[in-house]
Amino acid sequence: MDFTILILILPMLSFLILGIGGKWFKPVDAGRLGTLSLSLVTLLSYLTAWFYFTAPRTAEGTYATLMPYNFTWLPFTETLHFDLGIMLDPISVMMLVVISTVSLMVHLYSFSYMKGEKGFQRYYAFLSLFTMSMLGLVVATNIFQMYLFWELVGVSSYLLIGFYYTKASAVAASKKAFIVTRFADLGFLIGILLYGYYGGTFSFTPDAMSLVTGGAVMLPLALGLMFVGGAGKSAMFPLHIWLPDAMEGPTPVSALIHAATMVVAGVYLVARMFPLFIAYAPDVLHIIGWVGAFTAFFAASIACVQTDIKRVLAFSTISQIGFMIVALGVCTSMNPHEGGLGYMASMFHLFTHAMFKALLFLGAGSIIHAVHSNEMSAMGGLRKYMPITHITFLIACLAIAGIPPFSGFFSKDEILAACFEYSPIMGWVMTIIAAMTAFYMFRLYYGIFWGKENKELHDAHTPHESPLAMTFPLMFLAAITCVAGFIPFGTLVSSNGEAYHIHLDATVAITSVVIAIISISLATWIYMRPTQPVADMLGKRFARLHNAASHRFYIDEVYQFVTHKIIFRCISTPIAWFDRHVVDGFFDFLAWGTHATSDEIRDLQSGQVQQYAFVFLLGTLALIVTLLLTF
Amino acid sequence: MELTFETIIFYALAIFISVFSVMTVCTRHIVRSATYLLFVLFGTAGIYFLLGYTFLGSVQIMVYAGGIVVLYVFSILLTSGDGDRAEKLKRSKLIAGLGATIGGAAIVLFITLTHKFTTITDPEPIETNIKTIGHALLGSDKYGYVLPFEAVSILLLACIVGGLLIARKR
Amino acid sequence: MEYYLIVSAIMFFAGIYGFFTRRNTLAILISIELILNATDINFAVFNRFLFPTGLEGHFFALFSIAISAAETAVAIAIMINIYRNIRNIQVKNLNEMKW
Repeated sequence: MDFTILILILPMLSFLILGIGGKWFKPVDAGRLGTLSLSLVTLLSYLTAWFYFTAPRTAEGTYATLMPYNFTWLPFTETLHFDLGIMLDPISVMMLVVISTVSLMVHLYSFSYMKGEKGFQRYYAFLSLFTMSMLGLVVATNIFQMYLFWELVGVSSYLLIGFYYTKASAVAASKKAFIVTRFADLGFLIGILLYGYYGGTFSFTPDAMSLVTGGAVMLPLALGLMFVGGAGKSAMFPLHIWLPDAMEGPTPVSALIHAATMVVAGVYLVARMFPLFIAYAPDVLHIIGWVGAFTAFFAASIACVQTDIKRVLAFSTISQIGFMIVALGVCTSMNPHEGGLGYMASMFHLFTHAMFKALLFLGAGSIIHAVHSNEMSAMGGLRKYMPITHITFLIACLAIAGIPPFSGFFSKDEILAACFEYSPIMGWVMTIIAAMTAFYMFRLYYGIFWGKENKELHDAHTPHESPLAMTFPLMFLAAITCVAGFIPFGTLVSSNGEAYHIHLDATVAITSVVIAIISISLATWIYMRPTQPVADMLGKRFARLHNAASHRFYIDEVYQFVTHKIIFRCISTPIAWFDRHVVDGFFDFLAWGTHATSDEIRDLQSGQVQQYAFVFLLGTLALIVTLLLTF
Repeated sequence: MELTFETIIFYALAIFISVFSVMTVCTRHIVRSATYLLFVLFGTAGIYFLLGYTFLGSVQIMVYAGGIVVLYVFSILLTSGDGDRAEKLKRSKLIAGLGATIGGAAIVLFITLTHKFTTITDPEPIETNIKTIGHALLGSDKYGYVLPFEAVSILLLACIVGGLLIARKR
Repeated sequence: MEYYLIVSAIMFFAGIYGFFTRRNTLAILISIELILNATDINFAVFNRFLFPTGLEGHFFALFSIAISAAETAVAIAIMINIYRNIRNIQVKNLNEMKW
């Protein structure tokens, strides 16, 4: 498995080459280099997955955790050291496959989406950087390496969101993303340090002996703080504010980062620390679950009234990540047969969601490319003009709504089953949210492809189907979405590593499908026709709620208030005043003093010989007097 | 102290020198300043004669009084003539100069007068005839001055060349 | 012997006063001559009264006369050159080498 190091090195090389030498490349060549390196990475990832999952299982029936590379970078004590290396275990190999596949699709798609853009080479360089960082994150052997790549991912995200750096809104959005995630990473870092100190090691498997006294008590706090970091990256409430704004970046970037890969880093973190959570902090895990549930509900309600298609998809992402977090949060043990189902469900949903969400975003990109606008008002009736996009988008919507035989049904079903196992309330709450998901996704679908055509816009510029470079990824991802549901995921990934054969719980399955179909029908009834009297009536009746939801429940305003009125005015301004006037003033005073003194002394060198002689004589007389007095 | 001829001459010379040196630096006309310098130099030569150094005194008259003062008068007449009545001296400069001078004089006189010089009057003073001077000046033994002699002659050469170079017409 | 030294001290400090106070550069040079002569008197006096068997002071004074003559010559040459350039030899005009 030594070739796995190439999976990290290839994108790094392509980032360096394209980043430093980008201006000497023709744009097309830069794109080809990036895509080539990524295709190799994808191939290697598939190879790794093949070798890993076809290897014989160990005596306990689990897949062995392989560490082809692990070297100590910064040693503190024998047990406490920062390592860098590659760890292969079921979830990291699965993530390798997901990341490289989606990244490859995005690379191909960007060939024609970003054609003619200034900074094409820079774009591909950043994509390679991001891919490398994300791959490094998932194969991390210890928490500190994960943190390192976590930060790299944040930087790449910042660079990519702010790609159109001349647009003020893009710059603001990238800053917001970076600052919010960085702020969350403060909690992450504190959590890491607590974990390292009380757990005695930075690796993911502290043995009980190395727990320092009080470790068992402090570990929940440490793990909770680490989750705060994950919450920032995965856009959990209230740290979700950056994700909708991050849609300012190019759409393929949104597909890669904000749908499939970076935002699931938080989920991956919890999954990685899952054994520790179960062993030492099960209550924290359940709290995490409720946070995820609330986030899912919150985001779904906002998504119902958004008019910008990328915003709808962004909130949908937040909601689906909420699902994944909930699935992890409802676990009560490591045994998938009793209480540990959520782990597998979450990972399965991560896999399928990455595929169909990337598909949705790339499809949205195709639509935006056709009508040159993000707003739903510019769309409508596009099914006549863009058949491939239409079909693939429909497949993805059905998947996310949870309709069999698409992949979303299987993964969502497992999550609902786990939730019902934990508590009926949780189960019903998540089912309702699933219904809302179906509802707003189909509202989006009808709004784009059915409904009233925007005749003026279409006369000016007839929308057309996108070129092959854009439709091929759509078709590929749609194909995966169709078949992924039938992968025996539980045999590969499960909470205790043993093979778990997924069986559909009939009650849960039928309930969810029925509810999904009801939501879809509701959406169809309301939104399919050119005029939407029911929607307008509902909007007028619940005008205040509608308003609040379209302003995202004013959470951004709350943040603005807290930061500007409270933090800036009461804390930052006095400190800034102090810094400018006292600290700088002191140094300015020193400089002024030096200046004034030197001004005075300068006159001593007047060029007048007689003055020089005078001073000379005075000095000599002073010396003589001194000598006289001392002898 | 007995009133010998020597002491009378000495007091006369002392007063002569003091008065004229003060007048050299206080007068406003520069030509008068040069003239008073001439008198001071004559007085100095007189001191040398009084001390018994006839050769030194003659050299003093020849070089200083005969050469340098002439040079000064020439250059004064060349540069400013006598028409240069500079403006009155600034008060502060006067006070400063006077103060420094008086202070310095006080200190030096204090040191000089309180120091116990051990004068040797008994042994026979050396003959300062030309033969001795000549042998000493050009002798290369322990008390010979041939090296400084040659060095001074080179210095004089350098000064001649330098003076010529500086003051030549362009 | 001290009386000789008093005379030379008066001459010396008169020269210093003149150096500080005069505006004409040539007057300053004259003051310098006074100073040099005062020191020559000192050498001669010390030789005569403290070391009558030797001639060191005598020769020192001799060489001092020679050297001050040379130095005066060069200084006056410089003054002439300055006069040619600025038509003026007031010392307050010669203050270029300052800050």
